[in-house]
Amino acid sequence: MDNSRQPAAAMDDSRYSRQLMLSEIGPKGQERLARARVAVIGVGGLGSAAALYLAGAGVGTLVLADPDEVSLSNLQRQVLYSEADTGLPKTSCAARRLSSLNSQVQLICFPQGLTAENGRQLLAGCDLVVDCTDSYGARYLIDDLCASMSIPWVYGSISEFSGQLALLGGQKKLRYSDIFPEREELCSLPRRTQGVLGAVPGVIGAMQAAVAVSYLASGYSSLDGSLFSIDLLSFESSTIDF
Amino acid sequence: MNVEINKQPVEVDASLVSLGQLLKAEGLDGHGRAVAVDGSVVRRDSWSETPLHEGMKITVIRAVCGG
Repeated sequence: MDNSRQPAAAMDDSRYSRQLMLSEIGPKGQERLARARVAVIGVGGLGSAAALYLAGAGVGTLVLADPDEVSLSNLQRQVLYSEADTGLPKTSCAARRLSSLNSQVQLICFPQGLTAENGRQLLAGCDLVVDCTDSYGARYLIDDLCASMSIPWVYGSISEFSGQLALLGGQKKLRYSDIFPEREELCSLPRRTQGVLGAVPGVIGAMQAAVAVSYLASGYSSLDGSLFSIDLLSFESSTIDF
Repeated sequence: MNVEINKQPVEVDASLVSLGQLLKAEGLDGHGRAVAVDGSVVRRDSWSETPLHEGMKITVIRAVCGG
């Protein structure tokens, strides 16, 4: 059926029907999602998957921050983009793709990315931050900003075949610096380009969206204060409670 | 003594008595390591005071920064 020919209201009734059926979300949770403002910091591998599911779920406002342009080597894992996007800013390409998925979502772009200078403006009014960055420095910056602004955030990170995630700054107030206190040492490590299986950021980014949507809808996540890790080569996983 | 590190069996040399000594012997004491015993975190400043015991399940999660 060609849904584009249906009246908008008819589309609204069915758009979220599969998650409205979930007792953990339901109509009240859907209203909370529609009112929510979520910042996705980094729209690369993790951010592609996370932002697609957040937009699909009907998060009211998505703030997208990334200073990069789309390159051909991104397309192996950054599923927001197509060949026609190469050379263009990621945030505007992402906003166009997400808007075509769900025109009800308000999209705000920060093509300069998150910096210490624009951080408070970028995160102002956000109910949740989803960390999809690719450096230790960016994660410690998010950690500082979210702690000072009392915003919970979903940490995610990947390497080669493995990934990890946590809900930080939630009811348990766990910080990234509690998990990895060696800020100076980690931030001074030389940056190097690593291999990564394309599906790994897809899996972890989708898990970040799952944590974000359930936390926004219900105010609760069983990942609050815990660090989850999975290896997609051995399929071993573990959870550490703090 | 036998323990598990990340679900792999490890036979511990009798000279090693603390978690800190074992992690150092296994080369797992570098920066950016979150370590748990039986699922609960043990912070770095407590590694040397945490005694090893038979069947201990140790989890080591290494910090990564890709996105």
